[in-house]
Amino acid sequence: MMINKGRLQWQCRRALLELDLVFKRFLERDFDRLDDGQLVALEELLRLEDHDLWAIVNGSKPSRNAREGAIVALLRAP
Amino acid sequence: MSVVKRTFDAVIVGAGGAGLRAALQLSEAGMKTAVLTKVFPTRSHTVAAQGGVAASLGNSTEDNWHWHMYDTVKGSDWLGDQDAIEFMCRKANEVVVELEHYGMPFDRTDNGKIYQRPFGGHSQNYGQTPVSRSCAAADRTGHAMLHALYQRNVRANTQFFVEWMALDLIRDSEGNVLGVTALEMETGEICIFHCKATIFATGGAGRIYHSSTNAFINTGDGVGMAARAGIPLEDMEFWQFHPTGVAGAGVLITEGVRGEGGILRNGSGERFMERYAPNLKDLASRDVVSRAMTTEINEGRGCGPDKDYVLLDITHLAPETIMKRLPGIHEIAMQFAGVDPIKEPIPVVPTCHYQMGGIPTNYKGQVVVPKDGNPNAPVAGFYAAGECACASVHGANRLGTNSLLDLLVFGKSAGETVVEDFNSGNLSLRPLPSDAADVSLARLARLESQTGGESVFDVGLEMRRTMQKHAGVFRFDALLKEGVARIKEVAERAKTTEIKDKSKVWNTARIEALELDNLIEVARATIVSAEARKESRGAHVRDDAPDTAEFPNGRNDAEWLKHTLWYSEGDRLDYKPVNLKPMNEDTKPIGLAKRTY
Repeated sequence: MMINKGRLQWQCRRALLELDLVFKRFLERDFDRLDDGQLVALEELLRLEDHDLWAIVNGSKPSRNAREGAIVALLRAP
Repeated sequence: MSVVKRTFDAVIVGAGGAGLRAALQLSEAGMKTAVLTKVFPTRSHTVAAQGGVAASLGNSTEDNWHWHMYDTVKGSDWLGDQDAIEFMCRKANEVVVELEHYGMPFDRTDNGKIYQRPFGGHSQNYGQTPVSRSCAAADRTGHAMLHALYQRNVRANTQFFVEWMALDLIRDSEGNVLGVTALEMETGEICIFHCKATIFATGGAGRIYHSSTNAFINTGDGVGMAARAGIPLEDMEFWQFHPTGVAGAGVLITEGVRGEGGILRNGSGERFMERYAPNLKDLASRDVVSRAMTTEINEGRGCGPDKDYVLLDITHLAPETIMKRLPGIHEIAMQFAGVDPIKEPIPVVPTCHYQMGGIPTNYKGQVVVPKDGNPNAPVAGFYAAGECACASVHGANRLGTNSLLDLLVFGKSAGETVVEDFNSGNLSLRPLPSDAADVSLARLARLESQTGGESVFDVGLEMRRTMQKHAGVFRFDALLKEGVARIKEVAERAKTTEIKDKSKVWNTARIEALELDNLIEVARATIVSAEARKESRGAHVRDDAPDTAEFPNGRNDAEWLKHTLWYSEGDRLDYKPVNLKPMNEDTKPIGLAKRTY
């Protein structure tokens, strides 16, 4: 399966500033190092609605699976 | 570069609340309608609206549109046009009930009616007592609204062009609007959308400020496009600020933090609000707190290496209180300020939230410009609604919950006007000039060939910092004058930005360069208009226009009860009268008075 990284990068633009800021740091720091499996997990995460995504990223809701949890950990890392 | 042409009856730019509401009107009337949007519709910034939508349904407390109209005119500090405000307040119940029928999950009262809650600035009986006027869907009103409208549009066969960015407005030699050029991000192709009607619903441009609550997509694309195409921008000096955004990030810290006992401190640790508001202190109204914070920073009493923020201190509260009553704030401080608020105070600054000005329209959603002595002559084929437009219902200051109402009422109204014009044969597909795409192609060619230029980020940062310092929530004549010169310099630098990545497909750097062109137009409009307006009114507060007996709140109606019109070419300013006459003869105008609460 081919994942277009440019497309994923654009889809990190969200409706909520909180998410934009978290994804900005992630794109600068982590994005280029993701393997194919992580890119798939990111793609699934980005399909969430913004409030649900923010709830998972801010820790008020749990990640849905371990693969997603690993991406969320990167997003949350200071 | 070859340019593909697509033909529609109408094109709508933007798929937030206003764009979706307008699109629905057109598609349900059988018009072939294209909606262009940078992001998937339900990821538009309307999602961030939590407060609700105002309508005088009277489900919880007695209410009527006259009271709502009074509150809105007063909130606008009398700069709002009373015909448009009357129109909006009268239409509110209709558009909210419609939305309910589209499946919007409003909160309910025990007897099944839409539940309504009170909100700042909304009152019963012309300012007497608070009223419950806001209709909400939990804390996800904007999100639920977008979903209801999007589903309805899918049913009506609206054609969405998702991840497309509109670039420039196309006008013919007579000034008629014929459509837009747009960039498809997936292919990098440029396309002309040729149509009979063009509706802009592109939202605000809050990203012109360094500290902004707005998402990154809010780059004022429609406002910038209109300005470049010679359309004036109205009342761009008026921006709503919130006092406590996290410094450097913009994320809001709710007023509830100060309600729980949070204290604002300056660089020497002083609780400075005691000097500005001895009684209410940190709980004084938003504008008073914002001005005090700005004064502390401007007079060198800020915090940090650049002394450019103040501190919000809750370290004296019990950790259990913080974790129990303010859990979201703990997370926000940790994530965006890098501090644990239990141990350290949070850096905060007044933060830009909402754009009151925009593309001038009438209450029908038609874009209007001065022509042949008429200050409000419609531009054939061009319409606008929502935050990008200025109808003008918010005037100098917007009331909470009136923005979601604005986008529903004027989205629908713009749509209705287009459908009427379409059905009566007043709209035609005018011939495209041969150079229709030239401006856009030249902008892209410039980016492709540019070498030795500054980065888009650096120039954008300079713009945001300059706007924050020189045209923020509290304004000073010398700072504004200096700011005008600086923003003009930044605008020159923006003409030679360079992007390293020249690829065509999914090139975010290229999109950001094109967005900066739009932001720069808005920044120039804002600071030039603000420098010129020598009074205080609503959100535009000048140090040299204080509250006096002659000029209550610093407002000078004799000279400044008028709308600003800024033209991009030569930064030219013009003015037009405020419409103090309601839409219907039977409706009593709201007479001028001092705005006090």
